[in-house]
This record gives sequence, C-alpha cells and structure tokens, in this order.
Amino acid sequence: MSSDAVLLEALDVTRTYRLGRDVQVPALRGVSFQVERGDHVAIVGSSGSGKSTLLNLLGALDRPTSGEVRYDGRDVRTMSDAELAELRNRRIGFVFQSFQLLPRLSAVDNVVLPLVYRPGGRRERRERAIAALTAVGLEDRLDHKPTELSGGQQQRVAIARALVTEPSLVLADEPTGNLDTRTGDEVMTLLEELHSERGTALVVITHEAAIAGRATHCIELRDGLIVGDNGGGA
Amino acid sequence: MNLRETLRVALSALVANRLRSALTTLGVLIGVMSVVLLVAIGQGARTEVTGAIEGLGSNLLFVLPGDGEFGAAPTRSQFTLEDVEELERELPGAERRVAGSVVGGEPIQAEGERVTTTISGVSAGYLDVVVREVARGQSFAESDVAVGRRVALLGAGIADRLFPGQDPIGRTVTIGSIRFRVVGVLEQVGGTAFGPDRDRDVYVPVTAAQRLFATQRLDAIFVRATSTATVEEDRQVVEQVLERRLEPDSFSVLSQDDIIGVVGDILQILTLVLAAIAGISLLVGGVGVSNIMLVSVSERTREIGLRKALGARTTDITRQFLLEAMVLTGLGGAVGLAAGIGLAELVALFAPIPAEVTLWSVLLALGVSVGVGLVFGVLPARRAGRLDPVEALRRD
Repeated sequence: MSSDAVLLEALDVTRTYRLGRDVQVPALRGVSFQVERGDHVAIVGSSGSGKSTLLNLLGALDRPTSGEVRYDGRDVRTMSDAELAELRNRRIGFVFQSFQLLPRLSAVDNVVLPLVYRPGGRRERRERAIAALTAVGLEDRLDHKPTELSGGQQQRVAIARALVTEPSLVLADEPTGNLDTRTGDEVMTLLEELHSERGTALVVITHEAAIAGRATHCIELRDGLIVGDNGGGA
Repeated sequence: MNLRETLRVALSALVANRLRSALTTLGVLIGVMSVVLLVAIGQGARTEVTGAIEGLGSNLLFVLPGDGEFGAAPTRSQFTLEDVEELERELPGAERRVAGSVVGGEPIQAEGERVTTTISGVSAGYLDVVVREVARGQSFAESDVAVGRRVALLGAGIADRLFPGQDPIGRTVTIGSIRFRVVGVLEQVGGTAFGPDRDRDVYVPVTAAQRLFATQRLDAIFVRATSTATVEEDRQVVEQVLERRLEPDSFSVLSQDDIIGVVGDILQILTLVLAAIAGISLLVGGVGVSNIMLVSVSERTREIGLRKALGARTTDITRQFLLEAMVLTGLGGAVGLAAGIGLAELVALFAPIPAEVTLWSVLLALGVSVGVGLVFGVLPARRAGRLDPVEALRRD
C-alpha cells in the first residue's frame, strides 16, 4: 500500500473523558486503522462502543488523548484551532443523523454555509450550492425552509452541504437513523453514488448491519477497541 | 469569513428575532436618547444664562462684596455712596459711568394691587451704566438722588400689573410704608429663562432706598468701561481706589466675562452630571445587550457547533456575535440620537430653553453605544467562540 493512497490514519488512538476529579471514562482504548482515498468504510458497533468518539476524532472536532490521527500524514494534535477549522472546511463533509440544518435558512443558504468560511464571491457560492442541490435531486426545492421538506429531503440537503466543498472525505454519522427504511435506503444509495462518482472517501458510522454490509471496508468497535477490521480493499 | 459576510449573518440572526432585538435595542436607545437630550438641555441652559448675563450690558464691571472666591461665605458690603463719588472722580472720561445700588425685596402697592418685588435704589447714572431706556415719563435726576426724593421708575411688567390699562406717570405707589410718585416706566426688556424678570424691577433714588432699608451701605457698584479694550484698565483703577478706601479682600471687581466664566463653569458641571446620569441608563442598556446575547449564544449552541464543524474558526464565531451586539447597540445609538435631537427640539418649542445638540454629545453617544456593544458583547461572543463543537452539536 503506497502511503500516497492513505487519506486518514489512526494510530493507537485513545480518548478518555474526565467526569469529575477522579473518574475517567476511556471511550477509545487504542484503535488503529487507515482510510484510503476513495474508500468506503463502515464503522459499526453498539451504542457505547466508542463510535461517536471516533467520529469526532476523524472529523477533527476533537483531539485524541493519546495516539495520532493523521490527515495526509499530518497529526491533528499538532494543528492549531484555526488549522483544524480549515481542515474541517476543506477536507471533510459531515452528514449527521439529525440533519443539523439551520431552520431559518433556505435549502440553498444551508448548503452555502460551509462556503462562507472560505474566500469567494456570493454569486459563485450560490451557484455551487445550486449545483450541489441539483446533484442530490433537489433543484426544485432551492428556496424551501427545512420545515417545508421531508426527512429524506432534509438529509439530501445535508448531503449537498457536505459535498459542496468538494471534500476528500464524507463522514456520515447514522445518516439513516432518523429515516424510514425506504428513504434511508435512497439516502444511502445517493451517498454511495456521489462517493463513487466523485472519488470522495465515505466513512459511515452505523449500527445497522445492512448498511455496514454495503461498505468495502468494515471496522467493528466494541468497548473502545476494534474487534473486527476486514482491511478493506487493501 | 469576511466582514461583509459576518455582518450579513449577524443581521439575519437579529432579524430572525425581531421583537427581542428591538427590545434590546430599546435599552440602548433610551440611554443614548437621554444623554443627547440632557446634554442639549444643559448646553442650551448655559447659552441662555450667559446670554442673559451679556444682556445686562456689555463692558460692565461689577464691584461686589467678598473676595470673589467661589463658595466663600456671604460678606456684608462695606460700600458707600462716597466710594461711588470717589470712583467717578478717579475714572477718566465722561461721568455716568459709575452707579451704586442697594437692593431689597419690599411689597409695593397701588390702589388695590399689592405685589412683592425687588426694589433697587440706584444712582442717577444707573440707567446709563446698565443701558436701559425710559419708555414713558423720565428718569430721576441727580437732584432727586441728592435729596432722596421719593420718586420711582417702574419696570414695564410691574407697571402693567399695578396700573392695568392706565398711565402710571404721576400716580402714587406705596413701597413698604412710604409713598413714592411714579416718574417713569422703563422699556420692556423681555424675560429670560433664568434669573430675575427685569421687567418687574422698581427703581428709586439710592438715597431714598437707603432710608427705606435703614442702611448707609450699597450692595454693589457698577462701572461701565467706554470700550471693551478699556475694561481691564478701568478694573485696575477701581481696584486701586477701593483698596485705598476699604479693607483688603472685602470686595471684588468682576467683569462680565468673569461672571460668565463662573456661571458657565457651574452649568458645564451640571451638564456633565446630567450626562453621567444618562450614561448610567446607557450602561444598563448595555447590560441588557450582554444578557440577551448570552441567551442568544445558549439558544444557538447547536448552530455554533454546526458552523464550527463546517469550518468556522473560533474568531469567526466570536466576531459574528460581537458584531451582532454592536449592530444592536449601534442601531439603538443611531435611533436614540435621532430621538434625542427630536425631543430636544420639542423641549425647545415648549420651554424657554434653546436645545443645543453639541457635536461632542452626538459623537460620545454613538461611540459609547457601539463601545457598549463591544464591551458587553465580548463576554457572550467569547463564550460562543470557545464552545466545544462536539458538545455543542450534541445539544438539542
């Protein structure tokens, strides 16, 4: 495996939460794995297994207690807050279980959101947001508020928002958790299509075996440790 | 995120909470309005009072008892008519530049009407010194003063009051218990907002007044310089003469500028005190802004977390909330400024105080209101900026 192909690497990552003075809760107890460019990874595990903690670390929203999370070989622990923000903005697209759309903004303005934190004109941003919404099949819902959209449509807006920045990695946290089976299936299909069309790596966190089964690389977590890793396409 | 974009986001957040934004702004608005209004009134009062003093006649020197120190205990006058005569001899130029006066409040009665007013006993030259004109009849002469003749000059207002619709010349008025004959009525000077109404004054020969008040002394001596340029020269002469005749520090010679300076200083302090009190309400408004911004931060925790996940830096978030606070207070400042100016003009319409909106109060109010937003926005904005995105996103 050439190191150029590695997008993201976790090396013996631990994350311990302090609750009070003496109580320490180890959420991750030393996990190591790699995500290659264009990879499709599923991280599975029951609740409390450390999935969300791992997602926060992969999303550069948090720093590990020990170990390294490397993007293109660079350890996030050595990055400043501003550098982490830039990493999130340029390299990562988030898709959340609860969509996380801003209710007072229209679909377009929600998709524009990550673009305001980088240089560029308003018109250009809007054009890119419209293109992203078109790619998820919502070109006729541009000016709808989230409350005027169905759950599946809201999640598609969120996907458009994740992709509008052309990230190298989309992190999806239980993306179908708030959707019915059929809609969830459509959303997953859309995510997978966009992933393979654009070559964006896709990391899906889920507790549903059916969704995990669609990934080429499956990592199973239990009690903060990796108990299964099929190694992906490597 | 550039400033324009930040401003757009801040505005859209404020518009989304219209009522709350408006109410928060109101606090600052009232604060700025009060500052501008009270300062305008204070400055107007100052202008009015200094104008009234200037209206007493220009190039005047006032000789008053006491050492003229502000706040000194009242001193009994030692001036007499001999001092006035001596000054008349020593001051170069034409006569009628010096006048003495003794003042008291006495009831004055004519037929049924009885009013208590200021009775001024003055030298014959008094009207020339303070520049006032007789409208009807005539002033009293040197000889009237010399013998203490019981004659009186009435201000236009008091003449109207005592003799409504009648000609007072030649009629009799009773001052205290002594009868005086009216020889003239003075030209109306019109009221000023502050100080005594000079149209209510009654003038009698100083000698008659001294008998009326049972005194040999004068309360004040007025000296009129022939021009502005000679005011200081005359002051020196007056001081030299009086130092010879009176105890040191028992008198002081003030020019009109001295009095305007003192009174102006007092009113300036008054204005500043008013501004400071109004400033407190501005401060309270600022605390309100801080409070609402904290509520806003806690309400929008998830939005903040999301923005951070999407690439907002701590400074982007901090700036956004800071700008929101500043837009709130700046808006309050601008509207409060307009309201303050409007109210000041309104007050000027109905009260005899001219509104004087000064540039410094406008700039201060605007600067302070935006500053208040900055200061009181910092705490909520920093709190917003420091939010941990993981925690923030988990919030519902």
